[in-house]
Amino acid sequence: MQIANLLIEPTVETLYMVFTATIFATVFGIPLGILLMVTDKGQILQNLPINRIFGTIVNVLRSIPFIILLFLLIPFTRLLVGKAIGTTASIVPLSIAAVPFMARLTETALREVDKGIIEAAQSMGASPIQIIKKVLIPESLPSIVSGITITIINLVGYSAMAGAMGGGGLGDLAVRYGYQRFKLDIMLYTVIVLVVIVQLIQAVGDFIVKQISKNR
Amino acid sequence: MIYIEELTKIYPSKYGDVKALDGINIHVKKNDIFGVIGLSGAGKSTLLKCINMLETPTSGSITIDGIEMTTLTPGELKETRKKIGMIFQHFNLLSSRSVRGNIAFPLEIDGVDKKRIDKRVDELLSLVGLTDKAQSFPSQLSGGQKQRVGIARALANNPKVLLCDEATSALDPQTTLSILDLLRDINKKLGITIVLITHDMNVIKQICQNVAVIDNSKVVEQGSILEIFSNPKTKTARDFIKSVSFSEIPDELQKKIDKLELDSSEGIVIKIGFVGKITAKPIISTLVKKFDVDANILYGNIDYIQDTPFGTLIIELKGNNGRTGKALEYLEELGVSVDVIRGSEHMEHH
Repeated sequence: MQIANLLIEPTVETLYMVFTATIFATVFGIPLGILLMVTDKGQILQNLPINRIFGTIVNVLRSIPFIILLFLLIPFTRLLVGKAIGTTASIVPLSIAAVPFMARLTETALREVDKGIIEAAQSMGASPIQIIKKVLIPESLPSIVSGITITIINLVGYSAMAGAMGGGGLGDLAVRYGYQRFKLDIMLYTVIVLVVIVQLIQAVGDFIVKQISKNR
Repeated sequence: MIYIEELTKIYPSKYGDVKALDGINIHVKKNDIFGVIGLSGAGKSTLLKCINMLETPTSGSITIDGIEMTTLTPGELKETRKKIGMIFQHFNLLSSRSVRGNIAFPLEIDGVDKKRIDKRVDELLSLVGLTDKAQSFPSQLSGGQKQRVGIARALANNPKVLLCDEATSALDPQTTLSILDLLRDINKKLGITIVLITHDMNVIKQICQNVAVIDNSKVVEQGSILEIFSNPKTKTARDFIKSVSFSEIPDELQKKIDKLELDSSEGIVIKIGFVGKITAKPIISTLVKKFDVDANILYGNIDYIQDTPFGTLIIELKGNNGRTGKALEYLEELGVSVDVIRGSEHMEHH
């Protein structure tokens, strides 16, 4: 019971960090992914300079290890939320790491849409915006939802790292009790809670994908 | 209706430019079913895509109903495309939408209101015979049904022209026939001009009124289907005709004819091609009676191109004192096409 009490608050903190960061990742990452896809060579809004600029930003952000990104972003986080430590402050680096990740997953999902279908829409006089809204997104929706699921699960892992750096949550708990006070049972329970969270997210994600692609 | 003039399309590449289309001139009349036939890689698909500017021509001009396609602004092009339907070999339906949703798609694009969309989709479903499949998804349909959805979708905005990109190439022969029937119906009922490209001469034979043969990026022959079938000028055209009709001499027979011992100096082997009503006339017995020649039929065939009978005969004529020559003159007077395949030196036409 005592252990359960100990686990509740960090679990809520972790979920808060993960889901807030997911919202940012989705809101910014999906449009960025669409931009990367449609501006590429031979695509409906080909614009190579824009494609190169955003492609490079995404690559740079994705190549920085998360633990280093945490440090690098301290000044920026302080500017944004007024402090660099704490659960809310952790959302900033988590979101910034997840946006480019989500963008690449979205881009890949959109590329899977058959070129013939895009061509068919063009032959009917569809504008690029209509093609994005009525063809690209609906056709790749199952892959996009899978991408969101993967992003959330990645964020659970990252949030433990951010937590260990003072951000609270389950990672924080595991480090303080499990590592510093050598309470292995608490570390074990933390891991179990994390496994359950990941399993649940994966199951929900799979269920939604299945529902969307029921008729396809 | 559609005028294509000096159309050229060049794809630049590291290893030198590739000419996909080279000075194409084609005229498609209103209400025509016009076929373009060529082997894969001949450039026919590029040609079709140039008509609605899915491919941008390098040079040349395309006018549809007086509208010059090559100089339209993107906005004008979008509006013009709404009046040009297109169907595809692989159907290109949206897997995320039901049959109804797929047919509604071009209407949504055009900003038609929901009530009118529903009404129009119902009309189109009954036109293509898929009323009971309205709620199905493409993955639940057969190839023929998918193409029917494709056709309904292409007709949604009442186009004046329908472009068919190998529309039956992924279908079995029986389904192909039913889709071709549907296209013919649409052409007749709705007066839509159809341009189709194919590598299958049978498609051309079934529904086209006029045809262009394309080879190596160029139009090598163009004319009415009967002209092409009864008098093909190029090897490409002859090969295509051989694939669906026995009007061309089979290779085995050609070898036999070459070896044939002609019995007299005036013995000849001729190939007669006749089209339409004349196929019903007793040409050979008239020849025999009137000119006292012996006729030995080596090969014969009557075929139908749509509703027109179209026949070929290869006969050996024997006779002397100029009788075979007179018989030949008579045949030419009748207006049948006569080719002397073998004959004595002085009579040989080729």
